Amino acid sequence: MNVLILGATSPIAQAVAHEYASHKHDIFVACRKQERADEIASDLVLRHDVRALGAAFDATNLDAHADFIAHVEEEFGPIDVALVAFGDMGQQEESQQDISAARKIIDVNYTGAVSLCEAIAEHMLTRKSGSILGISSVAGDRGRQSNYIYGSAKGAFTLYLQGLRNRCFPNGVHVLTAKLGFVDTRMTEGLDTKIPIASPEQVGRALYNAQQGKKDVLYYPRFWAGIMGVIKAIPEGLFKRLKL
Amino acid sequence: MTKWSTKSLSGWGRYPVIQAQCARPSDRDETISIVQDAPSPLISHGMGRSYGDAALLEDGKVILTRNLNHMLAFDEANGLLTCEAGVTLEEIINTFLPRGFFPPVVPGTQFVTIGGAIGCNIHGKNHHHDGCFGDHVTKMELLLANGDVVTVSPTEHKELFWATIGGMGLTGVILNATIKLTPVKSGEIDVETIRVENLDHFFEVSAESADFTHVVSWIDTVATGKNMGRGVFMRGRYSNSTATSESGGVDRLASAIGKLANGKSFNSNLLLNRFTVRAFNEAYFRKEKKGCVKSMTNYKPFFFPLDAVANWNYIYGPRGFLQYQFVVPSRDAVREALKLVSSSKEASFLSVIKEFGDKDHGGLSFPQKGITLAMDFPNTGKPLFKLFEKLDQLVLEAGGRIYLGKDARLPSKHVAAMYSDLDTWKDTRKKYDPNGLFASDLARRLDLL
Repeated sequence: MNVLILGATSPIAQAVAHEYASHKHDIFVACRKQERADEIASDLVLRHDVRALGAAFDATNLDAHADFIAHVEEEFGPIDVALVAFGDMGQQEESQQDISAARKIIDVNYTGAVSLCEAIAEHMLTRKSGSILGISSVAGDRGRQSNYIYGSAKGAFTLYLQGLRNRCFPNGVHVLTAKLGFVDTRMTEGLDTKIPIASPEQVGRALYNAQQGKKDVLYYPRFWAGIMGVIKAIPEGLFKRLKL
Repeated sequence: MTKWSTKSLSGWGRYPVIQAQCARPSDRDETISIVQDAPSPLISHGMGRSYGDAALLEDGKVILTRNLNHMLAFDEANGLLTCEAGVTLEEIINTFLPRGFFPPVVPGTQFVTIGGAIGCNIHGKNHHHDGCFGDHVTKMELLLANGDVVTVSPTEHKELFWATIGGMGLTGVILNATIKLTPVKSGEIDVETIRVENLDHFFEVSAESADFTHVVSWIDTVATGKNMGRGVFMRGRYSNSTATSESGGVDRLASAIGKLANGKSFNSNLLLNRFTVRAFNEAYFRKEKKGCVKSMTNYKPFFFPLDAVANWNYIYGPRGFLQYQFVVPSRDAVREALKLVSSSKEASFLSVIKEFGDKDHGGLSFPQKGITLAMDFPNTGKPLFKLFEKLDQLVLEAGGRIYLGKDARLPSKHVAAMYSDLDTWKDTRKKYDPNGLFASDLARRLDLL
C-alpha cells in the first residue's frame, strides 16, 4: 500500500509511519520543511527497507492543496491510506485575547484539515477505495474553558469526518476518526496527571489496527471513551459551573 | 514552541536525584533554537545510562535528545552510518545486523544513544583490539554555544572533534554523527569461558587471549586469600557460522539477577549486603566447570547480559548504587585495590575486570594502558564514600584514573592528576564556549569548565 502522512514531524505521525513501514508499506511523508521530510523519509528507508519520499506542504495554504495531492499521486502512486496528523494546540489565553492567534488554531486544525481531506477523498472516490485517518481529540467532545478554541476546531473536524464517512461509505472509501487522549508528546509535556499516558508507538499500532479493521471511531487510550461518555452526560446547567 | 517542564532526573545509579527543567526537541531546528535562546546553562541527556551526574544539571536546563533519532544515510560499501545523536545502539543493531553490520564498540548495555557513546567515549570488550567508540566516528555535526553548527572530524576542526570525543557533552550538542560499522557474518559469538582461580590466573589467561577480539571477565571481589581475584573469564570472536546459538554460559548471570530482581519492588537495601553478595558470588563461581568451555552465544547475552532484566538498577533499593571504575597501569595496584575492597564491609555485587589496549585518547577519555576494574556498590552512604576515598588514593599513586561516565562523587582535587590532558581540553572547550553555556553537575563538581 501507499501511505501518505501529513504532519510528519509529530511523534504520533512518525509512529504511524513506522508501523506501516514495518508491515512493508511505502510511505510519503509531508511536513512544513523539505529537509525534515527528507530526514524522516531516509529514516524509514534505512530502518524498514521500504520506499519513502518526502515533501514540504503548508496546511494553511488552501489554494495549493489540490495540486499538492495530485503531485503526491503522480510521484508516489495512488494513495491507499492518508493520515491527517498535523495540528496546533496553540495557547488558550493568547487566542482569547488575540483573534489572529485563535484563527491560526482554527485554520490549521479545521480549515486546513478539511481542505486536504477533500482533495484526498476526490482521488479515493474515483478509485472507490482507500482510507482516510483523521486525528481528532477528546478535547473536541465537549467545550471547556481551558482549551475551547482548540477543542472547537477539533470538534468541528470530528463532525466533518462524520459527514465525510457518510458520503464515502457507499463508495468504498473508509474514514476513521481517531480521538486521542493523553499521548506522550509535547502537548502533554509537564502535565501532572494520574491518568495513564500512551506512548506514540502504542497509538501507531492502534491506528494501524483500526484502519485494517475499518473502524469508524477510535478512542485511544480506550478508557477515554468512558471518560468522555461521562463528561458528555453532565447536564449543561451543571457543566458551566465546573472548572475544567 | 519548545515546552519546558520540571522533572526529577538521575543517572543509572539513581544517585544523585535532581530537579531540572527538561525539554524534548523533536528536530534539529528546535534544538538549535533552544541553544540560541538559552540564557541559562544546558546539558544533553540521552538514555540516562551514565551512572552518576554527567547528564544532570540541578536547577538548569536539560535537553532530552531521544526524539532526535533519525537515521540519515548509510554507505553500505564502507559501512558508514550517519544518524542523529538520539539513535540508540539497540536501534542500530536491529536495523543493521540483518544486513551484516554491528556497532564497532558496544558497552555492557545496548540502551545508550550515539551522543552518549561519543560523550563518554565508551569502550567495550574489544578495547585491546579496536579502541574506543570515538575511534570509529568519522565526523559529527556539533551545535556550538553561539548557535552555529559546525562539522568536525579528524581533519576538520580536529581539536574540537577530539575534545568532543569523551567530552562529556560539554563542548556542544552533538546533532548527528557518522560511524563506521563493523561487518559481521552473524550475530553469534564463538565464546570460550574459563574459570579463573585467582588474580594471577586471570593475568595468565588474559595474556593468552590477545588473539580474541572480545575479552572480559567477571570477578569475585569478595573472595580473599588464595581465592582473591577468582572469576569467570570470557573471550570470543564474531562467529562465521550462521547457525543459531544454544544458551551460553554468560546469560546465566542475567537469569540469576532476573530471579533476584523479580520486578522492581525493593524498598530496602537489605537485599544486597555482603552476605547475600558473598553467597551469590560463590554460587556464580561454582556454576562454572573448571577449565575452558566452548560455546556459541548470541550477541545479546554475550554483550548485554543485564539488558534482559529491565530496571536492574532498582535492585539496589531507593538510595541507589554507585559504580567505581578505575584503570591502573600496574597489576600490583589491582591487587591492593582488591585487598581494600574484600577487607571492607562494602560488597560489590557485580564486578568486571579487563586489560585495556595501549591507546590513550587524551582529553577526558577514560581508557589508558592498564587494567580496568568496575565494581557496583549499593549506596550505604558514609562507609562507602570512605572506601572510595581510599581507592582514589591508591589509583592516584598508581598513576591511574577513574571513569567520569560512572562517577558521582570524585573530589575535584584529583581530576587534574588523573587526566593529565585536562588543561588542554579546558582551553579548547573555553574557546568554543567562553561563557560556560554547556554545563553539568559533574562539570561543576569537578571544576571542568
